[in-house]
Amino acid sequence: MNTLAGPLVIAAAFAYLLLLAGIATLADRRAAQGRSVIGNAWVYTLSLGVYCTAWTYFGSAGRAATSGVWFLPIYLGPTLAMVLAWVVVRKMIRISKTYRITSIADFIASRYGKSPSLAALVTLITVVGIVPYIALQLKALAGGYALLTTPVGAAALPAAHWWHDSTLYVALALAGFTIVFGARRLDSAERHEGMVAAIAFESVVKLLAFLVVGAYVAYGLFDGLADLAARVRAAPALAPLLRLEQGGRFAYEQWFALIGLSMLSTIFLPRQFQMMVVENVDERHVKRAAWAFPLYLLLINLFVLPIAFGGLLIFGAGRMDPDGFVLSLPLAHGQPVLALVAYIGGMSAATGMVIVETIAVSTMVCNDLLMPWLLRTRRFGALAAGDLTHTLLAIRRGAIVGVMLLGYLYFRLAGEAYALVSIGLISFAAVAQFAPAMLGGIYWKGGTKLGAQVGLVAGFALWIYTLLLPSFVKSGWLAASLLSEGPWGVDLLKPERLFGMGGLDSLTHSLFWSLLANAGGYVVASLVRRPSGQEASQALLFVDIFERSVVRRPVFWRGRARVPDLLKLAGRFLGAARAQQLIDEHPQSGAEPGVADARLVQLVETQLAGAIGSASARVMVAAVVEEEPLALDDVMRMLEESSQLRALDRLKDDFMASMSHELRTPLTAIRAVTELMRDDAQMPAAQRAAFLDIVVTETERLGRLVNQVLDMAKIESGHGEWHTDDVDLRELLAHAGQTTAAMFKERGATLQLRLPDALPTLRTDRDRLLQVLLNLLSNATKFVPREGGRVELRLRADNAGVTVEVQDNGPGVPADQQALIFEKFHQGGDAANRPQGTGLGLPISRRIVEHFGGRLWLRSEPGQGACFAFFLPWAGAAEASSRHTRHEGAAA
Amino acid sequence: MFQGLAAQRLLALFFAGALLLNFPLLALWDRDATVLGLPLFPLALFVVWAVLIGLTAWIVERGEDVE
Repeated sequence: MNTLAGPLVIAAAFAYLLLLAGIATLADRRAAQGRSVIGNAWVYTLSLGVYCTAWTYFGSAGRAATSGVWFLPIYLGPTLAMVLAWVVVRKMIRISKTYRITSIADFIASRYGKSPSLAALVTLITVVGIVPYIALQLKALAGGYALLTTPVGAAALPAAHWWHDSTLYVALALAGFTIVFGARRLDSAERHEGMVAAIAFESVVKLLAFLVVGAYVAYGLFDGLADLAARVRAAPALAPLLRLEQGGRFAYEQWFALIGLSMLSTIFLPRQFQMMVVENVDERHVKRAAWAFPLYLLLINLFVLPIAFGGLLIFGAGRMDPDGFVLSLPLAHGQPVLALVAYIGGMSAATGMVIVETIAVSTMVCNDLLMPWLLRTRRFGALAAGDLTHTLLAIRRGAIVGVMLLGYLYFRLAGEAYALVSIGLISFAAVAQFAPAMLGGIYWKGGTKLGAQVGLVAGFALWIYTLLLPSFVKSGWLAASLLSEGPWGVDLLKPERLFGMGGLDSLTHSLFWSLLANAGGYVVASLVRRPSGQEASQALLFVDIFERSVVRRPVFWRGRARVPDLLKLAGRFLGAARAQQLIDEHPQSGAEPGVADARLVQLVETQLAGAIGSASARVMVAAVVEEEPLALDDVMRMLEESSQLRALDRLKDDFMASMSHELRTPLTAIRAVTELMRDDAQMPAAQRAAFLDIVVTETERLGRLVNQVLDMAKIESGHGEWHTDDVDLRELLAHAGQTTAAMFKERGATLQLRLPDALPTLRTDRDRLLQVLLNLLSNATKFVPREGGRVELRLRADNAGVTVEVQDNGPGVPADQQALIFEKFHQGGDAANRPQGTGLGLPISRRIVEHFGGRLWLRSEPGQGACFAFFLPWAGAAEASSRHTRHEGAAA
Repeated sequence: MFQGLAAQRLLALFFAGALLLNFPLLALWDRDATVLGLPLFPLALFVVWAVLIGLTAWIVERGEDVE
């Protein structure tokens, strides 16, 4: 069999890495120019292709060669998960964007009250679960290289010394790449355009490479898929691989578990969360990815079975490692170029995963493990009182190299051990432990920090005991008796048959116990006690993320903060220029200069969270401001205030809408007639005069409208002016009658006053009350019949107060209109013969009467005319003034 | 949580997909037969998968406001 020269493969590999670097540089440059290449749903979709690692690229054919379609559930799960992505992932994106969350650890910590201990716990689980997975990718690179360069049958020569190991240099080159595109500068949102572009490119490369090899096998080495299928069906050893049951019982619970597990991994693997949530630039891209990413998975799996069966038919079972079929099939048939292309494809899969996973994990290690610890040590705090941006960057870079070398170390130590080979699913099971705290956190307000801690610890512990430990045993690192007899010979504690549960494969068994304990612990411990104020406020902010606009989102903070302190703090982590910009752009509403309002404190904390994680940001902000602890009741009260503000906003919106309509009507009329006059110089004088009358009338109406709107606004806001006096109502009603006499005469109607002989004076506002009377009387004139209109103005008094009635003999108000006429801008009558009014008279009148503790109502039956009446209590004015004072007292 | 027509369609599709891709519905395809020379079971898996993807695309790309 042919081989490729080692130096050629290495040169090709490094050339490929250089090409990637070029693409990333180009994308970064375009981003700086504001012509982003990743603001595109297709690039976003391709970047999610990082899900397919070397484990997919090489391992799928391997798995298919031994168990047929069982490689598929790992890709069917993501398809189901993506169906719900628009609902679930979009919520995570919105939350992460709003609160500048940059990792899963940060997400969970932030949701449960910005807890540093939770952030550290999640980071720990991630490192333990994911570093071996990185090691597996390095192993794939090394294995592929060995396969390409050593003759078949000969054992690949292990490097004599570690410094001869090309994998180490690949790992270091990858670390360099990751630093350049993942941590060159400090991005407070942890977004890396160049890296995303490079990963999207890698997704294209690995898909095309795999399709090319697959097509070569199916159509080059065989006579198409049908031919291949016929040969497989003819081979007794291979035919069962085409079936689900494969001779034995179909392990449907394992199938189900694999689909469920991969569903969770689609979102909770650190690299997936990084690409899907953190690097997302536009929520709408999720729509495209919802179907195009599953389509990508379908395409990359299309030729898995043909390659696996082709390899088995050509090489025979057991002679070649099926994991290497993608490389060995072209190589064995004298296609070294195709083999090299296939290797580059595999390299794409491995490097993409390593780069993104390393960025994601190192962000966690830096922000959620190292920073909180460093910031707490006093020596560090004193040492770095100044600008910390460089320190932060150095830590981030150190973390990247550290994670990469840890992966390499594990690869060297584990070698061919079972613990490494099977790590893919073991890693999946580790990150699945985040599901209860994450999904519960965005849909259930009752989840607490204690619940998340108990759930994660229980799930993680059981994952170690039932999955990781057995993998160590199978690698020969621990005594086999642990599995066969249980620890200390206790049968019930056998890691793979915990409490005697049999009948499940080890993965399903582990998933069942760990997720049961995790979800159960999360729910039960959450219900043990009421959440603290901090937990409750974060729960509200996360669960109700779609229900609040940015402006009206409640700010759960109370205390005193000075702007210079916040500026200095922000400057230490974000750089002085950025910090100054932040403060300058914030519309400061605080009364005193130099004092920061709650929104500014929150803004600074959110920005810091992007740079150092939410838990550390909380600690840092708390150190420079004086704040009062929040109790649960405070949170509920703040929420209440915020929703009242929102209700008020909505009211204002309604008001503005009708208001502008009312203004437009007279304006349109004025504009129409003035334009007619302008355009027609020969217009007869009479016509012109009539038009000018319209202009005057409409202008008056506009003026009235504006005055009334102002009046209404004043009364509603409690800023109306009231002049309370002793008013003689008999005199006032007579005055109102005189004032409207001309109006009645014009309409040919009569006004009759029915007043009692004597009446005590009433403490009220004379002018306001006159306004009410004039309004009711002029309304009445509008609706009485042209001939024989009659209006009665009646006054009665009893022990409680006085009642004034205005009775007309018009058509009355239909029952369905009776409540509406008191609404703002609603006018009585039908549109055709609607009288000229503003639609504000009755609402204002009602407010005035209510101000003095009275009420205003309408009594009307068809054919009986309408009777508007209001009642004023004797003691109304006293109450009104005392209420007014109280209100002012509360506002001060 | 799942308001809006599109969100409810997606939820329904999710459950339909979960049922179709699992035992026992999946096992209905598990027969020793071929369609156009291709073995029925793997073919059915890929076809069900593709239909699921197509329906998702139809729901989310219709341009309706998917709230």
